[in-house]
Amino acid sequence: MTAAPLHSAFRSSASEAWASGAGLLLPLGFFAGTATMVPFTLGSEAELLSRVGPGILWLALALSSMVTLERVFQADLQDGALDLWLQDAGSISLIAAIKTLTHWLVSGFPLVLLTPLIGFMLGVPSEKMVPAMLGYAMGGLVFFLWGGVAAALSASVSRAGLLIALIALPLYVPALIFGVQMVESGIDSPSFLFLSACTLFALGVAPAAMGAALRLAAE
Amino acid sequence: MLSYLANPLRFMRFSRLAVPIGFALGIVMVGLSLYNGLLVVPPDERQGGDLMRAMFTHVPSAWLCMGLYAGLAGASFVWYIWRHELADVAARAIAPIGAGYTALCFITGSIWGQKGWGAGWHNLILGDSRLMSVLVLFFLFLGYMALRAALETRQKAARAAAILAMVGIVNVPIIKVSVDMWQTTTIHQPSSVISIGSPEPREEGSGMNPVYLQQLLWGFGGHTLLAAAMIMMLMRSEVYTQQADRLLARKLEGA
Amino acid sequence: MSKTRLLHGQGLGAVRGERVLFRDVSVSAHSGELILLRGANGSGKTTLLRQLAGLSETQAGTIERAGLHHWIGHTNGLKAHETPRSHLRHWAKVWGSKRDVGAILKGIGLARPANVPCRMLSAGQKRRTALARLALDDRKLWLLDEPFNALDTDGQELLAQRIEAHRAAGGAVIAALHGASPIEADIEVAL
Repeated sequence: MTAAPLHSAFRSSASEAWASGAGLLLPLGFFAGTATMVPFTLGSEAELLSRVGPGILWLALALSSMVTLERVFQADLQDGALDLWLQDAGSISLIAAIKTLTHWLVSGFPLVLLTPLIGFMLGVPSEKMVPAMLGYAMGGLVFFLWGGVAAALSASVSRAGLLIALIALPLYVPALIFGVQMVESGIDSPSFLFLSACTLFALGVAPAAMGAALRLAAE
Repeated sequence: MLSYLANPLRFMRFSRLAVPIGFALGIVMVGLSLYNGLLVVPPDERQGGDLMRAMFTHVPSAWLCMGLYAGLAGASFVWYIWRHELADVAARAIAPIGAGYTALCFITGSIWGQKGWGAGWHNLILGDSRLMSVLVLFFLFLGYMALRAALETRQKAARAAAILAMVGIVNVPIIKVSVDMWQTTTIHQPSSVISIGSPEPREEGSGMNPVYLQQLLWGFGGHTLLAAAMIMMLMRSEVYTQQADRLLARKLEGA
Repeated sequence: MSKTRLLHGQGLGAVRGERVLFRDVSVSAHSGELILLRGANGSGKTTLLRQLAGLSETQAGTIERAGLHHWIGHTNGLKAHETPRSHLRHWAKVWGSKRDVGAILKGIGLARPANVPCRMLSAGQKRRTALARLALDDRKLWLLDEPFNALDTDGQELLAQRIEAHRAAGGAVIAALHGASPIEADIEVAL
């Protein structure tokens, strides 16, 4: 496919993501809201919060990815836009990857920018901020990619939220583990390499699976 | 042998005998391993006394649950590429049996570790990387079954689930690596079965008492036969159901 | 004008669940032809059309296509946040068309709501937006599923004129209809 269709797909998907989430309000609100609940559930002991806080933020990231993705492919299926994409000689896997990427950029990536603020609130030491942000960025992308596969497979199921969560859960585990460890051990650790490898792997495999699932959903 | 059985008619004929024989032999072998393992064999105090007898079900089911997921992925692949109906029937049958063995593995593993390694219940469940991988595998099976159940037509359900199984199997190694890294201090048994070949078992618990190994092998053989028999039984019932659906559909059309 | 064969589907069949929807159906479209797929609800018109469009896998038979086609399905393919203008601009870019989107919108009667988000348009306006895509790119074959749905009389007349013009220019149309047809068909395939 040439550049112009991809660019147009990117723009269209980005406006869709922006419109359906009230801009950045919903994703950031969900994330910040969850972070705010952490001290309420765990107590305000600084030691505990700074240890457990990052982990809970990872969970919030995972959950918000699943919630966002639920509608992405289902909407395309229901309003017939998927049919139009499938008509083209271009690759549906590529379009699916672009959609996932744009939704991550709108709903996942901004959380990375919010991390220092929340980290500060939870007492995460400042030398852990940069690895944390990098980890959240990559981990979030992996979540969106595998969550996208789950969402594409469930595109024809109504109210598929729980199904998507069940399918995506095992696939999220590696990125979750490596990401949290990376926050602990920093950029020079093997966890960073593993997380990068996970990201590349997901970038390679997930779009193909999404494409196959979407072609199936349209039938 | 698989290609011989690929013909549905031959499969039905084969499984008519294979299912009861498999059940019978399997029950005998499992019974033998359990009888010896639970009642006869002396306990190994180092590995947790009497509780380590759970090993005789735990270890075979560990091998089996992973093998069954591989089988699920394999059947899914065959069906996805060649659209061979029986492969899909097989995949559908393997899933619940695999889930069952995964659960069995997890439960017996938790029992074994409970007092065995001086850890409390929750310490074990959370602290053992291999058990956690088994738990994740359980969710892989569960997700597969849930996806199949959620989609409306059989064709769509089969294709979607096949994609999921193939995605799952390529993720399994990564999951294993990550869970192993997660618990850097694992309290699981170092793999002690493999070094049985050494002439005299070394002092410090590497290498297993041959008496245990025997029961494990009986157990593994028996459980494999049981699993195969159950899977074939489910496949048979699925084949009959599909035939009945077809007959009903034809009747509705008045053909 | 020589008649080129634009699409040839042979021996097509479809099964839903365990029920056979149709079997051994052949559809052949040549330039200037209008083929109507007729049948009751659930008879498989949409399934057949989707197979011809390449959206559904052919469960039996073969399909030969001579080039790209336009597809208008049951649903319009409009995203809720899109406006008619942005929708047409988007697909014009994807298909590499340089046509004037404003003129197309005017021609189909959508000049006024051109910048209104689709979720606020009426069903008829949404249908017109979808049909406007036909003017974006010169494709010889049109595959239309219930194209007259939701259109008012003006809209139906407009579509009928467009179809006639398309036929006169050498194109072909395969449409699935379950009601009365506002246009004369060359061939009718009954399912």
